[in-house]
Amino acid sequence: MVQFSLPKNSRLVEGKTWPKPDGATNLREFRVYRWNPDDGKNPRLDTYFVDLDDCGPMVLDGLLWIKNTIDPTLTLRRSCREGVCGSCSMNIDGLNTLACTKGMEDIKGPIKIYPLPHMPVVKDLVPDLTNFYAQHRSIEPWLQTTTPTPQKEWRQSYEDRAKLDGLYECILCASCSASCPSYWWNADRYLGPAVLLQAYRWLVDSRDEATGDRLDALEDPFRLYRCHTIMNCANTCPKNLNPAKAIVEIKKMLVERRI
Amino acid sequence: MSKVDPKADRPLSPHLQIYKPALTMVMSAFHRITGAALYFGTILLAWWLMAAAAGPDYFEFTQELFGSFIGRLVLLGYTWALMHHLLGGIRHFIWDTGIGFEPATRIWLARATIAGSVSLTLVIWLIGYAFRV
Repeated sequence: MVQFSLPKNSRLVEGKTWPKPDGATNLREFRVYRWNPDDGKNPRLDTYFVDLDDCGPMVLDGLLWIKNTIDPTLTLRRSCREGVCGSCSMNIDGLNTLACTKGMEDIKGPIKIYPLPHMPVVKDLVPDLTNFYAQHRSIEPWLQTTTPTPQKEWRQSYEDRAKLDGLYECILCASCSASCPSYWWNADRYLGPAVLLQAYRWLVDSRDEATGDRLDALEDPFRLYRCHTIMNCANTCPKNLNPAKAIVEIKKMLVERRI
Repeated sequence: MSKVDPKADRPLSPHLQIYKPALTMVMSAFHRITGAALYFGTILLAWWLMAAAAGPDYFEFTQELFGSFIGRLVLLGYTWALMHHLLGGIRHFIWDTGIGFEPATRIWLARATIAGSVSLTLVIWLIGYAFRV
C-alpha cells in the first residue's frame, strides 16, 4: 500500500552528537541512523566526527572507524570490503549503494547514512531481508532440466553465454529493490528489480528447460507488472547493472510467446 | 526466556523522506500526476460540451468562465498535462520495445519529454490565439 509518511514508531527524533576526536584536524561529519530494539525509543540520527588522517577513503572505512574508536554499539553488516559480497548495502547520501565501494570524497557535506529504505529495521543499519530472500527462493534460481544429465558439463555456445553478461554479476545486495517506489508500496506482492533480474538470468539461460513454467509464474499483475520503468534500480545499482532492462525483456518474452 | 516477539515493533526505515530524487523518478511521478489531472480536464471538456447543448445563455456563461484569467490558466495547465502525458506515454512505448535503457538515453528521453511538452503547449496556445475570432 502507498503510504508516504512513516509510521509513528519509525519517525526520527533528535540524536546524540558525539565529541570530536582529540587533536584531529582533518574531520568529516557523519550522520548515522540509529535504532536499538532494546531501549523502546524511536530511531534517531547520531552525529560523529571521523579523523580522516587515521581512516581509509571509503564510507565503510569511516563507519568502522566510528565503531572501533567512538561507539562500539554501532551495528552494520559488512564482509568482503571490496564490492563482491553485497553485505554493506545501505542508503548513503540519498542513494542505495555499497559502503565499501563508495568513496567519502564523492560526497558533498555531511555523510548521511540510513539503512536500505522501506525495510523493517533489525538494528541500526541492519534491515530485515527475510522477505527479499523468500522472493528470491520463489523464482527457483537454479538450473532446471528434463533431458538426461550429460556425461560431462552442460554445453553452451559463446553467444548464449554472452547473454548472461550484465546479469550474472548481481550480488543480491538489494540496493535496487530498496530504491524502487513500486517495491516500497507493494513488496508483499511485487518481486522487485533484483529478484526479477535473477528471474531473467534463468529465463535467458540456453541450458535451462523450465522457461515456460518460469514465465507462467511471472505472468501476474503484481509479481512482474508493478514495474513502471521508474529506473531507480538502474540508477542506483553499485555494479552498474540494469534491472529495468531485464524486466522489459521478460515482458517481451511474455508477449512473444503469445504470437 | 522472554516471550516478546522481536519482530513486532521494528521501525520502517525512511524512504521518500531521504531518497535523492532522480530525473526519471520525478518524471514517473509527474506521469501519474498528469494522468490524474486529465480526469479533471475531461470533466471540463464534458462540461463545455454540455453547456453548448444546454442553450446559448448557459454557453455564454461557460465561455466567460473558461475565458477568464483563472479559466485560461487552468486550461493552459490542462493542455500541458495532456501533452506531458502523451509524450510520457510515447517514452514508455519506446521502453516497452526494449530500447532506451542506457543512462545517457534515459536522461535524454526524460529531458526531451519536458522540452517537448512545454513547446507543444506553447505552439497549441499560439495557434489558438492566432485563430481567435
